[in-house]
Amino acid sequence: METEERIVASPEDVNRKPETPLLDQLEQGPWPSFVKEIKSATQTSKMPSDLLGQVELSYREKQGHWKHGGIVGVRGYGGGVIGRYSDDPEKFPGVSQFHTIRVNQPSGWFYSSQALRTLCDIWERHGSGLTNMHGTTGDVVLMGATTAELEPTFNELTAAGFDLGGSGSAMRTPSCCVGEGRCEWSCYDTMKLCNDLTQQYQDEIHRPPFPYKFKIKMSGCPNDCVASAARSDLAIIGTWKDSIQQDDAAVAQHAAEGVDIQKDVCDRCPTHAMDWDGRRLTIRNEDCVRCMHCINVLHKALRPGKEQGAVILVGAKAPIIQGALLASVLIPFVPKEELHETVTELVSRIWDFWGEYGKNRERVGELIQRVGLPAFLDGIGLDPVPEMVAAPRDNPYIYAHETGGEK
Amino acid sequence: MPEFKVGEHTYDVDEDGFLTNPDIWNRDVAKDLATTEQITDMTDNHWKVVQYLRDYYVQFGVAPMVRKVCKDTGFKLNEIYDLFPSGPANGACKIAGLPKPTGCV
Repeated sequence: METEERIVASPEDVNRKPETPLLDQLEQGPWPSFVKEIKSATQTSKMPSDLLGQVELSYREKQGHWKHGGIVGVRGYGGGVIGRYSDDPEKFPGVSQFHTIRVNQPSGWFYSSQALRTLCDIWERHGSGLTNMHGTTGDVVLMGATTAELEPTFNELTAAGFDLGGSGSAMRTPSCCVGEGRCEWSCYDTMKLCNDLTQQYQDEIHRPPFPYKFKIKMSGCPNDCVASAARSDLAIIGTWKDSIQQDDAAVAQHAAEGVDIQKDVCDRCPTHAMDWDGRRLTIRNEDCVRCMHCINVLHKALRPGKEQGAVILVGAKAPIIQGALLASVLIPFVPKEELHETVTELVSRIWDFWGEYGKNRERVGELIQRVGLPAFLDGIGLDPVPEMVAAPRDNPYIYAHETGGEK
Repeated sequence: MPEFKVGEHTYDVDEDGFLTNPDIWNRDVAKDLATTEQITDMTDNHWKVVQYLRDYYVQFGVAPMVRKVCKDTGFKLNEIYDLFPSGPANGACKIAGLPKPTGCV
């Protein structure tokens, strides 16, 4: 009962609003505002008032007031909850403990409204009621739990069919674009693969075994709607091997409807792989780099080819300890039927090599930079292929035949 | 500064229950800390992990990586979770009197 009293807002709490002149400015304008949302949450919980107070103070002093670190969790799990404490708990008692809970999202973020209501009801009973739908990891983020409420929240979440996501040096919650659920460009079933991998790697998600985090993100086509090539250690991006499917009548219709095919399509092709003579569009598919631009513009006329699968890339990350890295191609094409098996095998080899040679808090991409791509490929038993190279060698003083190539 | 009391003993701990002064650690302290992790009986297996962590910390000044803990103690990761339900970082390191491992989002 004591906990209940602490969390639920009383009429006095609702009236006790801190002065927030700086935050108030973020409510102006037509766009959504997190300040507006936090203020509305003061109706149901007393935590958001102190949150506003602390954030206002941070803006005024240009300094964060969350303590660094914090290890909290639920029994049996080594991740899923991120500890967060205020550095001035006396001034802001409502946020003295303000932990974050990650909840594994469904593939492609498809919910029934009933599921969302259940989630929010649980969270209003046990925490601040504030959510972030969704965090950059893809998870539902429940912000503002006290340590005492972690276990009860977790119990209710699991009883309702939810589970926690990954945090710390764990396999992070796999995430994918909506894929074949809604999108006609998807070259494989991203939602199925995402769900299969999530089920398969439950141990690695909940019990951090790695030198640092490991993220798998899946996009159905090279539009890469989950930005996997920029922020996941293993990016699986749908692509095709044969030619772009083309409907000439629909191309003509696009042109008749006012699309300037020369200017907006051909001139923007990064490899100049297409020509337009005013009547017919010709694509040199051998020069196509699968950028999706022409397909996006001429969406009724062009579609990805029929021989579909995915390219697997490795090593992207956002900057934390070292700078940002973009992913490099590891396997240029895997047919969609073989995708799950290939990914499973590849992931186990990468984890072995990284676990053995990775330093504490070193991402896979950083390890590859440190030991070099040839050593990494050797370590995981893959042969180098030309697609792994971003650009051909341009030093004219080294000849191919001197390094074992043909003259 | 939060305090943790068990029986007649009082310890200065941080908000997550880790000892603020790792140097005061001994086996009795470990037994007291184990009560916060719902471990009533410290078996030989518990001591094997705790003593390993402690020795590593005394030698190197940091906590070992999880893979190394498993390799050197011979326990699989899920066996470590069976011994310490809140995991090697939150549970075992706390009982071994190590400073809080750096958390990461």
